[in-house]
Amino acid sequence: MRALAGPVAWRSLPGDPEFRRGMRDIAATSLGISAWALVAGVATAKAGIGTGVAVTMTLAIYAGSAQLAVLPLLVAGSPLWVVWLTATCVNLRFVIFSALWRNYFGHLPLARRLRIGYFSGDIVFVLFLRRFPAQKPEAGQEAYFWGAAISNWLAWQIPCVAGVFMADLIPIGWGLGFAGVLALLGVACSMLAGRIELLAAGIAACGAVAAFALPLKMNILVGIAAAVAVGLVTEALFPPPSRIVARGAGDGRGDAPGSGE
Amino acid sequence: MMAPDGWGDTVTALVAVAGLAVITLVTRGFFLIPEREVQMPSWLRRGLRYAPLAALAAVLGPELVMRDGQLISTWADARLPAAAAALAFYRFRPSILGVIAVGMAVYLPLHIGLGW
Repeated sequence: MRALAGPVAWRSLPGDPEFRRGMRDIAATSLGISAWALVAGVATAKAGIGTGVAVTMTLAIYAGSAQLAVLPLLVAGSPLWVVWLTATCVNLRFVIFSALWRNYFGHLPLARRLRIGYFSGDIVFVLFLRRFPAQKPEAGQEAYFWGAAISNWLAWQIPCVAGVFMADLIPIGWGLGFAGVLALLGVACSMLAGRIELLAAGIAACGAVAAFALPLKMNILVGIAAAVAVGLVTEALFPPPSRIVARGAGDGRGDAPGSGE
Repeated sequence: MMAPDGWGDTVTALVAVAGLAVITLVTRGFFLIPEREVQMPSWLRRGLRYAPLAALAAVLGPELVMRDGQLISTWADARLPAAAAALAFYRFRPSILGVIAVGMAVYLPLHIGLGW
C-alpha cells in the first residue's frame, strides 16, 4: 500500500494539474457566487454596523449564510450568546461535511486539517465530492482542494468587500442575488447521478420547505436528515447500480471517476 | 446599540466577529480536529454520501418556492420560469455557467420589467 502523502507544498500548487482543475471547476460557478457575495456585502453595509466592522466581518467569518443570519441580531443589539448560537446552528451542516472531509484529509497534520476546514465552504465541498466520489485519500486531492478553495475565497471576498464599499451604488431590488441560487442549482444538477439521488434531493427540498418555520435555519438539517434516511431505505429496498456523483458530469469535461467504493 | 457611534459598540462588534470566525473554524473543522478517527456506524457513513446533494436541495427548495416564509401562491414569480428555463438548458447542455446565464436572462426582465 502506498504511503499517504503529507501536506502539499504551497510552492508546488500553481503547476499542479489538479490545482488548476479545482480552479476551473469553481470558475463555472463563480459568476453566481460573486453576484450573491456582492448582495451580501451590500446587506452587511446597510445593516449600519460601520464600514470597518462590516469588512472585518466579511473577511473573518467567510460564511455567507451565517453572516446574513446574524446581521439583524447585531443591529438589534442581541446578546452575544444569541448571535453565536444562531451562527452555530446555521453552520451545523458543515459539521456533517467535516465527517466526510475526515475521510480524505484525516492523515494530515492538525494545522493543515484546520486550514482545510476553515476554507471548505459549501461549493468547494460538493465539487470536491463530485471529483473524488470514493471516500479515501488519493493523490492530487489536496491540490484540487486548494485550487477550488482559493478561487472560491476570491470569488466570494472580492465582490463582498466591494459590495460593502459600493452599497449605495448597487440596486439591490434587481435581485442579482438570484444568480447565487442558480449557481447552486447548476451544481445540484451536476450531482444528480441516478434516481435515488433525484429522490433524495426532492425529499430534502420538500423537507426544508415544510420545516421552514423552525428557528435558526434548522429546516436545512431536517431536509438533510430526511434525504439521508430516504436514501438509505431506498438503497436497501433496491440495491442500486447508481452511486451518488458516479458520473463526472461537470461541464462536459471530467472523466467518469467510476462507481467509487 | 451596535451603530458605530462609540468605541464600546465597535469593540463589542469586533468581539462578536471574532467569535463568529471561531465558529466558522470549529463547525467546518469539527470532525477534522480530533487526532484519532471518530468511529461512526457504517450505515451512517453510507447515508452521509447523500448529505452534499441534500444540503444543496434543502437550501434551494425554500429559495425557489417561498417568499417571506410562505409558500408562494402565484405563478407570476420570476424565479419559477427562470429555474425551469435553467433546468431545461441543463438537460440540453450540462454547463453550470449556462444555467446561471439562462436563468438570469429569464429572471431579470420578468423581475425588473414586470415586477414578478
